[in-house]
Amino acid sequence: MPELFHRKLERSTIGFVLAVIAVASVGGIVEIAPLFTIDETVEEAPDMRLYTPLELAGRNIYIREGCYACHSQMIRTLRDEVERYGPYSLAVESRYDHPMLWGSKRTGPDLARVGDKYSDLWHVSHLTNPRDVVPESNMPAYRWLARNPLQMEDLPLHLAAQRAVGVPYTDDMIENAAKDAYGQATPDSDAASGVAERYGEETQIRAFDGVATRVTEMDALVAYLQILGRMTDAAFEHTAAPQEPPEPVK
Amino acid sequence: MAGLLCAIVVIHSYYEPEPTPDRLSSYYDPPIKAGIAMSMAWAVFAMFVGVWVALLLAWPELTFDQPWAGFGRLRPVHTTGVIFGFGGNALIATSFHVMQRTSRARMPDQISPWFVLAGYNLFCILSVSGYFIGITQSKEYAEAEWYADIWLVIVWVTYFVLYIRTIARRKEPHIYVANWYFLAFILVVAILHIVNNIAVPVSIGHAKSYTVWAGVQDAMVQWWYGHNAVAFFLTAGFLGMLYYYLPVRAQRPIFSYRLSILSFWGITFFYMWAGSHHLHYTALPHWVQTLGMTFSVMLLVPSWASAGNALLTLNGAWHRVRDDATLRFMMVAAVFYGLSTFEGSFMAIRPVNSLSHYTDWTVGHVHAGALGWVALITFGSFYTLVPSLWKRERMYSAGLVEVHFWLALAGTLVYVFAMWNSGVIQGLMWRTYTKEGTLAYSFLDSLVAMRPYYVARAFGGILFLAGAIVGSYNIWMTVRAVPQAADTGKDAPQPEKVAVAGE
Repeated sequence: MPELFHRKLERSTIGFVLAVIAVASVGGIVEIAPLFTIDETVEEAPDMRLYTPLELAGRNIYIREGCYACHSQMIRTLRDEVERYGPYSLAVESRYDHPMLWGSKRTGPDLARVGDKYSDLWHVSHLTNPRDVVPESNMPAYRWLARNPLQMEDLPLHLAAQRAVGVPYTDDMIENAAKDAYGQATPDSDAASGVAERYGEETQIRAFDGVATRVTEMDALVAYLQILGRMTDAAFEHTAAPQEPPEPVK
Repeated sequence: MAGLLCAIVVIHSYYEPEPTPDRLSSYYDPPIKAGIAMSMAWAVFAMFVGVWVALLLAWPELTFDQPWAGFGRLRPVHTTGVIFGFGGNALIATSFHVMQRTSRARMPDQISPWFVLAGYNLFCILSVSGYFIGITQSKEYAEAEWYADIWLVIVWVTYFVLYIRTIARRKEPHIYVANWYFLAFILVVAILHIVNNIAVPVSIGHAKSYTVWAGVQDAMVQWWYGHNAVAFFLTAGFLGMLYYYLPVRAQRPIFSYRLSILSFWGITFFYMWAGSHHLHYTALPHWVQTLGMTFSVMLLVPSWASAGNALLTLNGAWHRVRDDATLRFMMVAAVFYGLSTFEGSFMAIRPVNSLSHYTDWTVGHVHAGALGWVALITFGSFYTLVPSLWKRERMYSAGLVEVHFWLALAGTLVYVFAMWNSGVIQGLMWRTYTKEGTLAYSFLDSLVAMRPYYVARAFGGILFLAGAIVGSYNIWMTVRAVPQAADTGKDAPQPEKVAVAGE
């Protein structure tokens, strides 16, 4: 009987097309739609902060250079991973990540909690030539990051687009995005004070690349790396982690 | 460039003399020829980049201090070039061929096939050129930015309409099984592509966009897309190829019609659940992980039904497999299809995945599929198709087909064994504890242990690339130097409707 039915089905182009669409849609709908409706999918984290414009620019450089191809940002719920990298990652930690950068391959180590683990200077040396600080490393050198000035004029547009997809940036943040990016990497300038005002007193405001007079792509990328895993304390509250949480960044 | 060239061809044809009425009694094949040429060109280019990125892991200074030559930028060039450039062009070309032959109908018009082919290659070039300069969405296998994505939707809808129109003109009552797979490939890839790529551009003048999906939902959408790009691009489409060219070459009918039905609907239904096995032990809810694992294991049934159906079709033709390297390409492809679908189901089991995930084992698995299955079935199909399409007596050199076969097989085996070894070693080193209960190895220890395997993997890639170059040369010389075959008049559309009862 089913065979007879199928012989009929394969005589009808439209019928066949509709059947393929119907059969193929089920899995995706059942697995994806509930992720938006079940509350437990993403944990509560009232202390969750937003990326500053400089950190967002750094994140975009991380994406541009394809860092995600070799570094994951997702610590799995396995003993050795928690001991090696820190408390396992929670969904809430990437709730404002458009796109997520969980990654799928660790040619290099996981970076989900790399923030505050190394000094700025270490990161700058490492990105300039990884083998200067880690002789066995097979990571490419990114020497031009320290040379390239960071493009900041269009950051308000970036924040506005982020808000359009659901990240709660305020009008004030969007309007001052370019100024805040500049201020976060030039602590002695007038622009620096506004950053703490808008993004919290504990925002890291310093010359990440070691040069306080100009803002480079290196500033942005290091600023981003230094807040990884420090957007919220939630992971440290949820897990029996062996170590103390690092200083939170609000 | 390729898009422009194709446009010139189309515009040029406008000024050609009026076509003769008898052209309608033949199939429309020029776009298929162009598609095969583009496919082989992409293969050589993208496999070359593949060898380069493989070498980068052993010799990181091979970037020559150029931003565009870093691993992170070249990797999507390699994956897009191979999957979409080589694989996509091969699928478009063979689907144009198969849909006409199995429907015994000519394509309904001469513009849309060129638009599909040229537009598709324009998409590939738009995306690849973007990766070199750092324009990427960072979604794996969907790195192309919004402007290229929108363009692909337009091309893809045209492709679908062309396919449906050709099928609607068929002179056979039933739609042949190869067309089921090509239809599923076109339809589901469209759904996946659109859902995964919904994004808000920074502005109309910016290449950059932000996806509407965030965090855990983005991860699930991405791997629902990613895994089903494997299913419907790299599996369904190429099964369409297998279901036509393997029986043609073996001169045997498909072993079982029932198995074809079972495996087709099994693959279409089960695959769409399997994507979450890419996210075991992550922040994705446990119930979704479990569903993904369960369906991934069940997927083995339709997958092996397909592989078994292909191999059993060869019963009675094994002497041809022995003597004919072209048929051997397809036989080995079916074996690798069976192997890598078994491996895939195995790796989707949560505890196995705890070892394999994030390691080179995944890379090895992907290449067992991509080299062993996708590329080998494509080469086998091309060697079957090229002489008949250009109406040549035979391929230029049967010896070179043989050389290509052994280069491809050796390259695949070297590659896959290297990655199995490195992946398992890596996974074990990460989780090994000392007697005192501390981690035994630093991450760096595991990296240092990988180096010999990275060198071996690059060597396997070089062998495979060499095979692709030999194959391109052989196809080129077949077109240039082999004498025309006598026209049997058999390879033509059915002129008028003939009543056929059953098959």
